[in-house]
Amino acid sequence: MALCMRKSAKVINHLNSNMGLVGMINLLSPWRSALFHHQEFSVTAPVAQTLGNPDADSSIKATHFSSRRFKSTKTDKQLNSLNDADDNKVYWEAHHPRILDFPGGKVRFTPEMRFISESPEERTRCYRILNDGGQLIMGSNVIQVSEELAVKMYTDMIILQTMDTLFYEAQRQGRISFYLTTIGEEAINIATAAALTIDDCVFPQYREPGVLLWRGFTLQEFANQCFGNKADYGKGRQMPIHYGSNKHNYFTVSSTIATQIPHAVGAAYSLKMDRKRACAVTFFGDGGTSEGDFHAALNFAAVMEAPVIFICRNNGWAISTPTSDQFRSDGVVVRGRAYGVRSIRVDGNDALAMYSAVQVAREMAISEHRPILIEALTYRVGHHSTSDDSTKYRPANEIEWWKLARDPVSRFRKWIESNGWWSSEAESDFRSSVREQLLHAIQVAEKVEKPPVADMFTDVYDFPPSNLHEQEKLLKETIRRHPQDYPSDVPS
Amino acid sequence: MANVLQGVGAATALSATKSIDSRKFHLPSRRSLSERKGSFLVVRSDGRRIQGSRARRAEQLITSAVATKADSSAASTASKPGHELLLFEALREGLEEEMDRDPHVCVMGEDVGHYGGSYKVTRGLADKYGDLRVLDTPIAENSFTGMGIGAAMTGLRPIVEGMNMGFLLLAFNQISNNCGMLHYTSGGQFKIPIVIRGPGGVGRQLGAEHSQRLESYFQSIPGIQMVACSTPYNAKGLMKAAIRSENPVILFEHVLLYNLKERIPDEEYICSLEEAEMVRPGEHVTILTYSRMRYHVMQAAKTLVNKGYDPEVIDIRSLKPFDLYTIGNSVKKTHRVLIVEECMRTGGIGASLTAAITENFHDYLDAPVVCLSSQDVPTPYAGTLEEWTVVQPAQIVTAVEKLCQ
Repeated sequence: MALCMRKSAKVINHLNSNMGLVGMINLLSPWRSALFHHQEFSVTAPVAQTLGNPDADSSIKATHFSSRRFKSTKTDKQLNSLNDADDNKVYWEAHHPRILDFPGGKVRFTPEMRFISESPEERTRCYRILNDGGQLIMGSNVIQVSEELAVKMYTDMIILQTMDTLFYEAQRQGRISFYLTTIGEEAINIATAAALTIDDCVFPQYREPGVLLWRGFTLQEFANQCFGNKADYGKGRQMPIHYGSNKHNYFTVSSTIATQIPHAVGAAYSLKMDRKRACAVTFFGDGGTSEGDFHAALNFAAVMEAPVIFICRNNGWAISTPTSDQFRSDGVVVRGRAYGVRSIRVDGNDALAMYSAVQVAREMAISEHRPILIEALTYRVGHHSTSDDSTKYRPANEIEWWKLARDPVSRFRKWIESNGWWSSEAESDFRSSVREQLLHAIQVAEKVEKPPVADMFTDVYDFPPSNLHEQEKLLKETIRRHPQDYPSDVPS
Repeated sequence: MANVLQGVGAATALSATKSIDSRKFHLPSRRSLSERKGSFLVVRSDGRRIQGSRARRAEQLITSAVATKADSSAASTASKPGHELLLFEALREGLEEEMDRDPHVCVMGEDVGHYGGSYKVTRGLADKYGDLRVLDTPIAENSFTGMGIGAAMTGLRPIVEGMNMGFLLLAFNQISNNCGMLHYTSGGQFKIPIVIRGPGGVGRQLGAEHSQRLESYFQSIPGIQMVACSTPYNAKGLMKAAIRSENPVILFEHVLLYNLKERIPDEEYICSLEEAEMVRPGEHVTILTYSRMRYHVMQAAKTLVNKGYDPEVIDIRSLKPFDLYTIGNSVKKTHRVLIVEECMRTGGIGASLTAAITENFHDYLDAPVVCLSSQDVPTPYAGTLEEWTVVQPAQIVTAVEKLCQ
């Protein structure tokens, strides 16, 4: 290295005569960086040697080239055009590679040491077409939404809100053991569902019952699952809100965070193999993106070119962990590029934007066989669940503000009202009707029998093996002998 | 065919009544077939065949099926039914037959596609079926197991290969929380017909991390089945049965058994996932074992026979659930049980099996159940130390002698 430094001094002196002081300053910076960064040095070092060696055939020509090289990075093309002799060209190319084929593709070298910044100058912009007042923003390219579709979207949002209110109260009254609300994220739920078809496989986290609602799950079916009664499709085996329905293509909620993301990729793989015109869709929160499964699943989906849509509900909180403690990247959308996944950031509280984005994403995923990442920015207005009191870790007025001023449901209502598709009478009528229906469903569900003891042992395998038969017999025997120690409303 | 029946009836005492029924040669009634096969075609991991009067007699059974002359090795190889292959080839054959039969069967794992698998079980399959059906995955076991579960729930029948069983510890979350559970928690709406397989067990100086015995960690997970193969015959049969099963099945192979050679039938067959294999019937003591330890047991059995003992050797094959029917019948006959396993003493398959036998057959036991297992230490790298962590035939002989006093 020392040798080259001496030569470089010669170079600088030599060139000094040709260029002014300004040229010198430009010269010095690549050399200085070269001091600290060995790799840079390896690119420029041959130049110095050629210059320092008066016996080299191409020394005179090289001098010309080198002066231009230091001035700008566009010298490559100029160099080539100036060099007539093919021998010299070959020699030059061999000793001054500009591009090299590393495993993974061609990469251009640069003598400038530049670190990619950890944060962008400007955060990725957020797609939104409906402003807070429910008016379409000028210049937005919106997919047409019919009155029928818009009204269904809105009414489903009302149903979702009513479900959240009444089931939450039921939990507080001790009638069900647990509940988890979707308050503030209704637009994500319903608008996404509206943009999908029934053939698209949905792998939810747990804050997406709206998708199931859109697909036709009835209030009674929701209530049955929450009460874990005999009519529950899950046969009373899971906690409330862990809905699942194969006829609605909605895969049973599993409590573990982010495990559903690779499931969705597997389903997309299956759909791709069957050449179906459908995609897999999976939801997760900002917290879920810290799990290893998220990263590997995105990576897989990109490598396998699987038709899957990853929808992140970035609602700012993972129980009590704010996103500033969850990650330091510019949200979740920038991670898409890291894995080679096309991504977009959308205002999650704008139902129309969500609807458009998901529709386009679905088309891209299916026709181009690629994964898409959608980051939906929103706010978790409710507590994490009935086991949480979020006022312990965030100010109550923040919650209030998001609930009132940034409510996605009222924003959408303003839009449909402005189109003449809705009115306040319709509103109050609908709300009271849904409330009544849901109260009735809850009452019915509460009275339905619980699943029998035999259901504890079925579906562990396709057919119960001998040890389970034995254990079932033992349990029934024990219940028969000590009925006072076991719940009386469970049939045997 | 008639020749066979006569040959069988005349020559043997050991598998008398069952073997005469020719149907049992072909149908998946494995007991008689495996009896015969186990007793004479046991090939030790170092390739030597077990010589013994029983072995030679059994060879006569096979050759008389086709040739009327006395056997000479050249003629017998040519005219014997079935074909000879190594265990990993048997696995591949089973896999290939199932992939031919059902287009939903697919394979995923690290280096299974173009490389053909680190133990060559999937060699050639990617060329034949395409690299979507034989998928090379990035290195993320939890995630590609999750992917397999998602694919299974949407109608495919994936086979997930762990390059080494120990790596599947990273997939424990998906296996325990989702694979075993989702059929149950969804109320039977979604089924997961997945097969998870890979080589495990103590190899030759592979180091502690590559010598894990995962059957002990997985045995508690409800909703999964576990089987362990030990011969090319049962490897192919179990592979096929596992793929056809609607439940998630974990198939344990052993690193040192991949090059076992055996002659297996040309006809299609599957082995039952819940049945144990009678390797050598006997009267004095029941020795329960599986996977590689079967060969150590059979070697010890040779010594024991010379010393005048008559051990009954059963390869339990089904690790979850245990085939307590076969095991029970054996215990009722011999009244003494020795379990030989490669798992560690604490919490291994042997520990559970001891509990199950003691609970169910206590009255039939003349002596406490003895379990020979590896010590509770990580497997050392040094060859000598590694040999001492694995149960050796000499220990088995000593244990039987002590048990039969």
